[in-house]
Amino acid sequence: MRSLLNFLKKEYLEAVRTGKLLVLILLFVLFGIMNPAIAKLTPWMMEMLSDTMAENGLVVTNIHVDAMTAWTQFFKNIPIALIVFILIFSDIFTKEYKSGTLLLVLTKGLSRYKIVLAKTVLLLSFWTFGYGLCFAITYSYNAYFWDNSIAENLFSSVAVWWLFGIWVICLMILFSSLLQNNTGVILCIGVSVLFAYLFSVIPKAKVYSPAVLMDTNSLLIGTEGMDAYIKAIVVAAAMCIVCVAVSIPVINKRQL
Amino acid sequence: MKAILGLLKPSSGQIHVMGEKVHFGQTRTNRYIGYLPDVPEFYSYMTPSEYLNLCGAVSGMNKSDIVTRSKELLEQVGLGGERRRIKGFSRGMKQRLGIAQALLNQPKLLICDEPTSALDPAGRKEILDILLAVKEQTTVLFSTHILSDVERICTEAAFLNDGKIAMQGTIAELRNKRSSDGFIIETEQKGADNTLIKAFGELQRKSQNTLVFHGSEERLFAIMKYITENRIPIQRIERIEPTLESLFLEVAK
Repeated sequence: MRSLLNFLKKEYLEAVRTGKLLVLILLFVLFGIMNPAIAKLTPWMMEMLSDTMAENGLVVTNIHVDAMTAWTQFFKNIPIALIVFILIFSDIFTKEYKSGTLLLVLTKGLSRYKIVLAKTVLLLSFWTFGYGLCFAITYSYNAYFWDNSIAENLFSSVAVWWLFGIWVICLMILFSSLLQNNTGVILCIGVSVLFAYLFSVIPKAKVYSPAVLMDTNSLLIGTEGMDAYIKAIVVAAAMCIVCVAVSIPVINKRQL
Repeated sequence: MKAILGLLKPSSGQIHVMGEKVHFGQTRTNRYIGYLPDVPEFYSYMTPSEYLNLCGAVSGMNKSDIVTRSKELLEQVGLGGERRRIKGFSRGMKQRLGIAQALLNQPKLLICDEPTSALDPAGRKEILDILLAVKEQTTVLFSTHILSDVERICTEAAFLNDGKIAMQGTIAELRNKRSSDGFIIETEQKGADNTLIKAFGELQRKSQNTLVFHGSEERLFAIMKYITENRIPIQRIERIEPTLESLFLEVAK
């Protein structure tokens, strides 16, 4: 237990000293501010553009902006934040394989599964923290400018998307245990997400695909309830556990 | 070496450390072993004492032990006053930190993979001195290409050729494997060496007045007889001790 905690401490120290944590905070704060800012600025931008648009035959009428606009922005921007998050942390395992830094701690007696656990805890906690930060900032601005109650199922929509992020991160852990290169890891995640997306196009299979978790619009406007997501949530959560559980024996037998 | 550490799967057979079997991947036997890879890689954003702290905690040492032991070891390897992060360390400093790290949990076996390769002479001497000092407390197993290092600090050695042990034993035993490389005969007077070469064609001139003889002992006695009969003044006749180098070359043929 103590060795796990100490290795975890090393992971956090690494994130702080290599500046990854700082980049992460800046990223999520920026996105958090951007969501309501874009919503707030939309009418003004439209007004600026109205003359040119009128020349093209488009008439700009009064644009109504509220918290809903900001929340739509939130769910539009958060995929980009997730992609950046994955890019930043895609080498969390592979860098250690390549440099050989694991050799020494392993020969000092660290169990290999603790490496997987520590890195999983770090990734999940950072994603939760960053995502929460982004959400909190958007939420407070929205509450200040407009009214958050307009969005139906706000907290469940946010939680559903958070789970999608967790699912992607767990895939990253699995691919990192299998592959040597972070480029390969990123590629495999991309292919998996694409696969889940294609799967969700099939009408009957749709409800089981984790890609459904990305599409929170209908939940937000209240046309659908949580029950439409429950199957995808169960599949995604099960996949997360399987991914992490499988990567442990893979790492155990990995040639380092 | 990696097979002993459970980092490499042995193609056949079993390895036991302190009576316990080594398992590939996850092995408990590593708690008896300290390991120094040929190029040790550390977490470069840590300071040496932070790194040793991590190593100690990972190997299950208690806190006060880690503090005293790491301070002691850093002193011993000459990194006592180092507050910088490992990022800025030279190759030699990393090697020394590697030894400190390997010795932290007082291992029964210290494995070093070419600890002196790519070091300058001063750095090499430092590493060898440390290895000589720890020899008293622990078994040291190391690989090297530098045979003078072997002669300096090893009690036993084995030559590997094509993945097989070609020759092994204590340094003295190895030397005895090949009794002699020949003899040096040094004459006192100028010209006497020429007389000897004329009489015995197999003698080779090494330098002025110095001849080298490779051949059977019988021939040597014949030469000595000739020397006494002709009353040739001799400075010395000396047996050439085989060096590990010549042994190695013979083995690797």
